[in-house]
Amino acid sequence: MNILYDERVDGALPAVDQPALLQALRDALPDLEILHRAEDLKPYECDGLSAYRTVPLLVVLPERLEQVQTLLRLCHLRGVPVVARGAGTGLSGGALPLAKGILLVMARFNRILEVNPQGRFARVQPGVRNLAISQAAAPHGLYYAPDPSSQIACSIGGNVAENAGGVHCLKYGLTVHNLLKVEILTVEGERLTLGSDALDSQGFDLLALFTGSEGMLGIVTEVTVKLLPKPQVARVLLASFDSVEDAGRAVAEIIAAGIIPGGLEMMDNLAIRAAEDFIHAGYPVDAAAILLCELDGVEADVQDDCERVADVLKQAGAREVRLACDEAERVRFWAGRKNAFPAVGRISPDYYCMDGTIPRRELPRVLKGISELSEEYGLRVANVFHAGDGNMHPLILFDANLPGELERAEAIGGRILELCVAVGGSITGEHGVGREKINQMCAQFNSDEITLFHAVKAAFDPQGLLNPGKNIPTLHRCAEFGALHVHHGQLPFPELERF
Amino acid sequence: MSMDRDMSPDLLEQVNQALNQGTPLRIQGGNSKVMLGRPVAGEILDTRNHRGIVSYDPTELVLTARAGTPLLEIEAALHEAGQMLPCEPPHLGAGATLGGMVAAGLSGPRRPWAGSVRDYVLGTRVITGHGKLLRFGGEVMKNVAGYDVSRLMAGSFGCLGVLTEVSLKVLPRPRQCLSLRLPMDRHQALAELAEWGQQPLPISAACHDGEALHLRLEGGEGSVQSARQRLGGEVLDSRFWSDLREQRLAFFCDPAPLWRLSVPTASGELDLPGQQLIDWGGAQRWLKSAAPVQLIREQAAKAGGHATLYAPGDDSSAPLPAALMRYHLALKQQLDPQGVFNPGRLYPDL
Repeated sequence: MNILYDERVDGALPAVDQPALLQALRDALPDLEILHRAEDLKPYECDGLSAYRTVPLLVVLPERLEQVQTLLRLCHLRGVPVVARGAGTGLSGGALPLAKGILLVMARFNRILEVNPQGRFARVQPGVRNLAISQAAAPHGLYYAPDPSSQIACSIGGNVAENAGGVHCLKYGLTVHNLLKVEILTVEGERLTLGSDALDSQGFDLLALFTGSEGMLGIVTEVTVKLLPKPQVARVLLASFDSVEDAGRAVAEIIAAGIIPGGLEMMDNLAIRAAEDFIHAGYPVDAAAILLCELDGVEADVQDDCERVADVLKQAGAREVRLACDEAERVRFWAGRKNAFPAVGRISPDYYCMDGTIPRRELPRVLKGISELSEEYGLRVANVFHAGDGNMHPLILFDANLPGELERAEAIGGRILELCVAVGGSITGEHGVGREKINQMCAQFNSDEITLFHAVKAAFDPQGLLNPGKNIPTLHRCAEFGALHVHHGQLPFPELERF
Repeated sequence: MSMDRDMSPDLLEQVNQALNQGTPLRIQGGNSKVMLGRPVAGEILDTRNHRGIVSYDPTELVLTARAGTPLLEIEAALHEAGQMLPCEPPHLGAGATLGGMVAAGLSGPRRPWAGSVRDYVLGTRVITGHGKLLRFGGEVMKNVAGYDVSRLMAGSFGCLGVLTEVSLKVLPRPRQCLSLRLPMDRHQALAELAEWGQQPLPISAACHDGEALHLRLEGGEGSVQSARQRLGGEVLDSRFWSDLREQRLAFFCDPAPLWRLSVPTASGELDLPGQQLIDWGGAQRWLKSAAPVQLIREQAAKAGGHATLYAPGDDSSAPLPAALMRYHLALKQQLDPQGVFNPGRLYPDL
């Protein structure tokens, strides 16, 4: 089933007369930059999920809050859908435009408004890049903890919309754990403050609800993030294993020893080899799996923990444990992992990155399932895994120029996510549902749960003008998607218990 | 003999009856947080028979339990495995339950460093205003599928649905814990805390009682010892923190009304009549004061925060700005259209 907006199953969108809308926008907002020519719109046809493209009706690039406010009021009045976009690095098509909608680009709101070391917060506009916040806080010995791998480019507004994660989530949390306050505009152009400068606020926790809502409930116009003192030291251990099961057990043993590493990453053999070819990080290319374990904090504790973890790793069957001997080696160990995606990109014309999460104990079963699916579909899969928090990133290798391969990649991707759900996990840990996983939402949630999600949406945007078609599928779409599966005669993975 | 029981079908039936008859429900666990919000007139929906830890695997760092499970039972199970609820939720009564802990969303002294109750909520099962028992979130650390209904439930005082089951992230207990008492005045304490907050010190609780700053250090042996040497002071019995959390310190015996002011960490001293106790390293101020409600609310708002009165009634919850209230009402209307769940507990129309 095609993933692009399909009015038949995703709901009819109002017809919009582009020239008339353009004129109305120019009249109301004479100083707003509006792109409307085909060649200007083209660069905005996709976000980080580039396999799916739709040229938007118009692109607007506001620079002032009042422009966004007026734009939203006008769109609300005329019934025009609005898709918000930050840096466009999202991997789930959350900012995929609509042919009948305006693409609202917030990238020009790129000022850091305040860094407050005493209060340990930074107040920034939504277009500020994730890494720029930590850079601005660095002179005070502080940083912003969530670090998605796109952090040099992705913007904080998008991070809020997607509840972005990174490699340090187990210890430092997701975006939702590191926010104090967001200012938003509702679909009607009304300003709301969610959260506060204090640690909690009166009433419902709308800040938690809004974080990760994928631009469906409002537009982020300002973000206040928490800053943390930079850990004194960080050390990395690299352990190699002859089996993925041993590596998985080692992760559980580290936790059982009462240690919460700053980062705990696993890579399988295909990912190891791809990364080593590309980065020369010093990874053992014949290992079935490696674990990277970063311990950070105060010098004395980190020293102790390194020794403890090294013992645990050896007892769990690691054939080699190496402590990065200096900062250069630590950075090199991480470089292999952080470049795993582009490294895989070098060994395959295209790859498709999944984002399922599972209870960690299910890792061996899920990896076995993935390898069986890989054979069934005739596509290689490299596995990169935020092992500490159970977030898997299977990378499906394919060649879009070969007929049918993209479809096969999508199909196996869908099956992998359904496998994650079947073992008690989730279809997305940090990339979001967007458009990409809209069908798999029907596997994770039943129709009553999806109906409740629509009710939440209706409280903020009853006409459904903000980012229609993303995050929550219509029941109609689920009915068709479900029907598709019954055609196969049975549910996926019938041997698994459903819960 | 185990008292574990899945009574969710009964709870669901009681909710459906209430929906059919339009009877408001007063959701109740241990009734230990009754001093917060407004009194609810309604038929009691007692969650306490729906109890028991459903699953707990320490190496997964996740515990799932039914809403009526006593908080004590959960803490005991975690303690046995060397783990804890990092948000240190106050019980405020003998029979506090998991459901009440999440619905009230109160966190203890460790909150500024470790996070709040909602930060540790991973998933919930909820009976909705449409008479369905639904599941949101899950038992995994990261999950961004759909709206975060589970975290919305935390602190919503049962106004949006009945929690029947909650999955929480838990953490290992720190290897070392040491508490210190450093005599100094309030002004100096706030200044020191603002400074220390920018450094990687293993502070996990900070309270000033008017005479001395009380600090708790938690971490590995090395960091705790070096911080202890640097900070000085005398060693303090760690029971101080449970007494603070449970409002058993002498400060709380004052007969004047008790207020909780949640303010920005670096707010400095607040000029208010009555006795003050600084908690959360400055971000939470306890106030015993008979001053007018309006004055206390204004001072809290001026500092960038809000004030909650720990006494049931119209004055308990800080008022919401009108625009925010509209969206609260819209959400309530969508999730509980018949208004059966704890109507009026937080605000008269909610």
